Amino acid sequence: MHLALVGTSHHHAPVELRERVALDRDEASALAERLGEAVCLSTCNRTELYVAADDLEDAERRAVDALVELEPRVEPALYRLRDQAAALHLFRVAAGLDSLVPGEGEILGQVRAAHAAGSPGRLLDRVFRQALHTGRKVRAQTAIGESPSSVSAAAAALAEQVFGELGGRTILLVGAGKISEQAARNLLSRGARIAFVANRTAEHGSELAVRFGAEAIPLERIGDELSHADVVVSSTSAPGYVLDAATVDRSRRGRQLLFIDLAVPRDLDPAIHELDGCYLYDIDDLEAIVSETLAGRRGEAARAEALVASEAEKFHEWQAALDVVPAIASLRARAEEIREGELRKAEGLLGRLDEGERRAVESITTQIVNKLLHLPTVRLKQAAVSADGVIYADAVRHLFGLGEEDGR
Amino acid sequence: MRTSASRCRLAELLFWPVLLLYGEAAVGYFGEARRPGAAGRAATWGVRLGWLAQTALLGVQAAREDGFPWGTWAGSLNLFVWLVVGAYLIWGCRKPFRLLGLAVMPLAATLLVVSRAGGGTAVGTGVGGRSHYSNLFLVLHVGLVLAAFAGFTLAASLSALYIWQERRLKRREATILRRPAPSLATLDRLAARTVAFALPALTLGAAVGIARLVSDGDRVDALVVATLATWAVFAAYLVARARGVTGRRAAYVALAGFALVIVVRLALPSVHFA
Repeated sequence: MHLALVGTSHHHAPVELRERVALDRDEASALAERLGEAVCLSTCNRTELYVAADDLEDAERRAVDALVELEPRVEPALYRLRDQAAALHLFRVAAGLDSLVPGEGEILGQVRAAHAAGSPGRLLDRVFRQALHTGRKVRAQTAIGESPSSVSAAAAALAEQVFGELGGRTILLVGAGKISEQAARNLLSRGARIAFVANRTAEHGSELAVRFGAEAIPLERIGDELSHADVVVSSTSAPGYVLDAATVDRSRRGRQLLFIDLAVPRDLDPAIHELDGCYLYDIDDLEAIVSETLAGRRGEAARAEALVASEAEKFHEWQAALDVVPAIASLRARAEEIREGELRKAEGLLGRLDEGERRAVESITTQIVNKLLHLPTVRLKQAAVSADGVIYADAVRHLFGLGEEDGR
Repeated sequence: MRTSASRCRLAELLFWPVLLLYGEAAVGYFGEARRPGAAGRAATWGVRLGWLAQTALLGVQAAREDGFPWGTWAGSLNLFVWLVVGAYLIWGCRKPFRLLGLAVMPLAATLLVVSRAGGGTAVGTGVGGRSHYSNLFLVLHVGLVLAAFAGFTLAASLSALYIWQERRLKRREATILRRPAPSLATLDRLAARTVAFALPALTLGAAVGIARLVSDGDRVDALVVATLATWAVFAAYLVARARGVTGRRAAYVALAGFALVIVVRLALPSVHFA
């Protein structure tokens, strides 16, 4: 049984092409079923078909046809990988090493969902389970997924550096645009509460406030609410500062405050950062942090690659052993058959033995068989990893007279 | 005699692994600050194993014929190091707190060397000699005072880490999210909690000592005065916190208190133990 992979990703195809072959869960499931033993992994960055079959050429052709049927122009952008290379690719994908942002965590869930929605047999089940294991292992043993990869995630991580757990912390949102909303959502996902939304246009502010269960306030009231906030996220299109250092110093009543200024031109007076217990980060500061964390992720990627390669090697050994497993099983069955036959022949002698002695004879004969077969079994598995596996398996069948009905 | 000599050799044998492991941990934490990962893990194991070895060393010392030298400054310094490292282990094994080891472990290794120089890690050197104090008095006075000082040392380390972390935030260091450190709020809260536990221990330990001083008609020496000053600084720390002084200013007060702890532990013991 072999593994074939046909697919395209953000490395090979622009979004206009990728979106033509992108499939939702039901479509992916239906396509996998149509291909036999197959799994379809379809995300915004990739659509890949993993097919297990004895005839690799045929499996590849069917997978290519299925994707070309969706969009004929995709054919030149398709890659084709086989067996260990296909497994290595899937492991890299699950580890986030093939993602736009190295180490991003979403892909692991997508691989899990694809596996669940596909039609995997023994081979695909094994390769996908090992891919999920590899993804988890890489994240546990390297720091590839630890640091934030976007400005809004960096803002939330900074808030955690100041306040620790964000549960119960309150956020004052200044401006009701997309950028501040994104930052707010990141803070919300870590347990913080959006308490106030201040906006020049009352209508937009109220709309966002309702969505977050917050109170809408006019821009002029920001200072009044500083004594109730822990984090201020600002992103307005105001031409000047919407909050100055004097107002902050007067209003915060000694509270520690984190200010995130995502606006250009800036909304918050830089002098706020000089106040004791106040920390102000603007868009440049956050981008510098993200760029540093991404550099760190790339550094960790080398360690992750080594882990992935080792897992791919394990998969290769497992897959190679599949070639000799039927021969080993036949050999062991034949040996067991002989052992039981000889014991039956000696039934007259054994009849005089009590139950304990009979069990001892059973145990001794079983151990003799196991010990005799141990080394040939190990050698067969070792040979399977090299190209000689099939030759050795045939030799074993021939030497021990294992019939075709016992073999593959 | 033979038993005493073998214990002496055993104590000598145990000292070096302790120092080596604490030293390794100190170096490992420097490595952790530069690049988080393997160095930090190795350092944490150094602390764990070193602390176990030091526990064994203290056990050997306690089992000697004339008792553990709590009554000597060097012996009590050995116990103090054990308490500090033990208290550190409560949090130090957690990943974000590894950097706390950067403040604790070099100090622990240095104090252990000082303790050895004064004979505090040896058995039957005669430096320790049997204390003329009763065991109960030692447990209450020396034990509580040392436990309190260990708590203050840990609180000062947490405060030092607070100041370092706060400075990184103020400098807007781009690497701030790559090197894990506890949040400012956590460090501030833990330092305060540690002082809140340590101060009552010092109060009780000092009260027992003063009661003994009065009953024996002895004079108040410089170490007693410095200990009371330490008590006053940490009491002021807790009062100030109750009045809303937290963060960097509170951290500086804890460090000032720790400076007095160092004076009490290193500069003045000869006055008190004479």
